[in-house]
Amino acid sequence: MNIKQLAEKIGNNSWFAPGHRLCAGCNAGIIAKFVLNFAQFKGYKVITVLATGCLEVATTIFPYTSWKTAYMHNAFENAAATASGIGAALKSLKKKGLLKEDYKIVVFGGDGGTYDIGLQSLSGALERKHEFVYICYDNEAYMNTGIQRSSATPMLASTTTTPSGKVSKGKQQPRKDLIAIAAAHDVYAAQTSVSHLQDFWKKLEKAFNDQPAVLNVLSPCTRGWYFPPDQGIKIAKLAVETNYWPLYEVDHGRWILNYEPKQRKPIIEWLKTQGRFKHLLQPTQENEKLIAQLQEMVDKRFEYIKKLARATSE
Amino acid sequence: MQIKPGLPWKELPLGGVIDVPGSSVEFHTGDWRSSRPVIDLNKCTGCMLCWLNCPDNAIKIKNGKVEIDYDHCKGCGLCASVCPVKAISMRREALEEEERHGSKHKP
Ligand SMILES: Cc1ncc(C[n+]2csc(CCOP(=O)(O)OP(=O)(O)O)c2C)c(N)n1
Ligand code: SF4
Ligand code: SF4
Ligand SMILES: [Mg+2]
Repeated sequence: MNIKQLAEKIGNNSWFAPGHRLCAGCNAGIIAKFVLNFAQFKGYKVITVLATGCLEVATTIFPYTSWKTAYMHNAFENAAATASGIGAALKSLKKKGLLKEDYKIVVFGGDGGTYDIGLQSLSGALERKHEFVYICYDNEAYMNTGIQRSSATPMLASTTTTPSGKVSKGKQQPRKDLIAIAAAHDVYAAQTSVSHLQDFWKKLEKAFNDQPAVLNVLSPCTRGWYFPPDQGIKIAKLAVETNYWPLYEVDHGRWILNYEPKQRKPIIEWLKTQGRFKHLLQPTQENEKLIAQLQEMVDKRFEYIKKLARATSE
Repeated sequence: MQIKPGLPWKELPLGGVIDVPGSSVEFHTGDWRSSRPVIDLNKCTGCMLCWLNCPDNAIKIKNGKVEIDYDHCKGCGLCASVCPVKAISMRREALEEEERHGSKHKP
């Protein structure tokens, strides 16, 4: 990606219009805009499909829309099924000679809409090999309805349904591995971050050329993670630098690690930036143990990805 | 069709379809702002990173230079956080207001 060329081509005519009502500093806005900018730059015609969630709710408040692409919202649980239907309709229209142009279908779902309630429709659509690019903007909880835990919420994070307090230290279970699940459908699946737009761009190029494809993008949320609105991108970057959020891809069974920090930062650096982990910061024995456990989990997971990358390289 | 407040419900589009692409531009989120980004064009190198990263598309390009669209900027400060040469500073709106109107009111 050459930013200046991109800016020259898109200018003030981005397909993602201002005036949406995402919170100030919400990183989901950056992700949506970047994906549309990419498609616009490449000259694709796009149909966007959204699962219910912050991005959908905030960009389509009647009588306004922030989308300049064709757009469809159906429900929380069926974004990928909706995309399948659109794909089938396009095929049929083409067959009848009623449609000439090619369209790309881009789906946006939150982590709740992807890891949890929309997982079965996503799995079905991936298995049937419908053509679409699925973008999960992962803010690690159900933010739109008030910060309930999802299967993407990290262990020990405090949410409104896993509150930290006397009896609990936040969510008890580790997060689900979405990319491994998507990759099990023998497709292109990759993880990237809003802080690494060059990496994101490369993965979009691969995804648009090898559909169906799934991208999981870390999307810091000021309200749910509790940080000031100017910190999102820095926090996303720290997630990569601590190996909490490795940048990797699985290209039809072949695992590739895209980035390894020279010296990974300790996980505490990442925890410190967000109020949802505040209860772990008092220097008690219990907290030290919990943070050590988390550190071990992060390191193990990173080694696991490296091992898979070695094992699956030709 | 353009849907204005007060339109009788019978005249609303069937199914509530919104058929003006990007119509949210008419909704001004600029009044959410408590701090405003101010760009020092003498420091700006034109790298366009602020333009790329603004979640609200509130950074416009005019004659090759970046410019804040205060009708939509929510004042999050992300643009200032990604500027590699610190050309963007965040200023409290209340102070700006005071300067504009010469008010003695302490913000
Ligand atoms: C079937 C169904 N159940 C529940 C809801 C209520 N609901 C709307 S958005 C949402 C949470 C969305 O979470 P996520 O997908 O992570 O997106 P985010 O809001 O975090 O961006 C829920 C529970 C719904 N719309 N439909
Ligand atoms: S709650 Fe979080 S994800 Fe939702 S709009 Fe606000 S910052 Fe974005
Ligand atoms: S303060 Fe936020 S909304 Fe305003 S121009 Fe900067 S990045 Fe955009
Ligand atoms: Mg979410």
